[in-house]
Amino acid sequence: MTETLNPTDLRALLQQTGVPEVLERLDRELVGLAPVKTRIHEIAAYLVVDKLRRELGLLATRPVLHMAFTGNPGTGKTTVALRMATILHRLGYIRRDHLVVASRDDLVGQYIGHTAPKTKEVLKRAMGGVLFIDEAYSLYRSENERDYGQETIEILLQVMENQREDLVVILAGYEDKMEQFFTLNPGMRSRIAHHIRFPDYTEEELVAIGKLMIAEQNYYLDEAAERAFVEYVRCRKRLPNFANARSVRNAIDRFKLRQAKRLFERAGQVTPDDLRRIAEEDIRASEVFRECEELMEGGQDAP
Amino acid sequence: MRIHQGTFSFLPDLTDEQIERQIDYILRNGWSVSIEYTDDPHPYNTYWHMWGLPMFDLKDAAGAMFEFKKCREAFPNHYIKVNGFDPSPMWQAQRVSFIAHRPTQDDPGFRLKRTLWSDGRVQKYGLEPYVADKPAGERY
Repeated sequence: MTETLNPTDLRALLQQTGVPEVLERLDRELVGLAPVKTRIHEIAAYLVVDKLRRELGLLATRPVLHMAFTGNPGTGKTTVALRMATILHRLGYIRRDHLVVASRDDLVGQYIGHTAPKTKEVLKRAMGGVLFIDEAYSLYRSENERDYGQETIEILLQVMENQREDLVVILAGYEDKMEQFFTLNPGMRSRIAHHIRFPDYTEEELVAIGKLMIAEQNYYLDEAAERAFVEYVRCRKRLPNFANARSVRNAIDRFKLRQAKRLFERAGQVTPDDLRRIAEEDIRASEVFRECEELMEGGQDAP
Repeated sequence: MRIHQGTFSFLPDLTDEQIERQIDYILRNGWSVSIEYTDDPHPYNTYWHMWGLPMFDLKDAAGAMFEFKKCREAFPNHYIKVNGFDPSPMWQAQRVSFIAHRPTQDDPGFRLKRTLWSDGRVQKYGLEPYVADKPAGERY
């Protein structure tokens, strides 16, 4: 007797896991990132098929799920990693929906014999879930021979290989530095199945993200403020140290500060609408506009 | 002679899978796991050596199981037990303790130690494991 499957089964199985819900939330709540979303959809689809194959007894080894997220600061690597943990959990590839974030400080020790227990401690805490290593390239400092980061990488590689059932590792970092990190640690690259690139946001996407953040915090921009905000984003994007969505978030925090100051200076009665509204002047007061102008003038003067 | 100390000691030895599920139970209750080992089987020996630190912030049994297996690798001929410590107020004490690994060889057992007490008209009895004759580290 052979089992037959009609095409709806696959969809039903997917529905059962609750993964589409997470994917849809990913689509809705995260602006832009089209290539990332496609890739995650692919991974999710693959994992469902893999699961089905396993249930039918077709030979399937556990897929390697370790990932690398590369991209500029503020492109949403951590946020996507959190969602990834949920997806993997719903599909039953990790036992717990939890994500442990670690950086060099948590993993590498200060003196001989300090590194291994520290790394193992973090690995143990992450087991059953996802270990997210932020700025993974900082683990390896090629210029310093006596650096203990190498030891961490060795332990990490060993666990990544031997305890695939217990742990999914996601390495994250800026693209060029991660590239260098992988060339120096060839074992690491081959053990990572999914390399996902996070593209920079466009101006429109940044504005959309900003509006989403503002709405989430129960504020709103009036019409003039909205125009100013678009201009603000355009200026901020040109200035150095631009960190995509993170810069936008910081900017919104400062708008809120200025709004509060404005309300105090005006004194008198305050309506609920006043508390929610961010006005043009809150945005225009920003240093960014001045710096941007300077930059433009400088650019024109230059030959 | 088999020593009976802690939970499950009258049951047959637990398999790895059963140990993992017991650890999972400990973690689900919010207790922290620690692993201890000794080569002195006397029932009154409650001071065992610690294998690493108690594992706080552990979410999944795999982490504790990893340490347990490491400990068993290092001390295949020792007793190893798994403890669960309840840190909640009013308890702050060990709630669970079970022997997860025993020496593979047969335990030679215990000798009865007789001591004459006071003026010689009272006899006191005690137990002494035969293995305790050898120095620590060379037993079994």
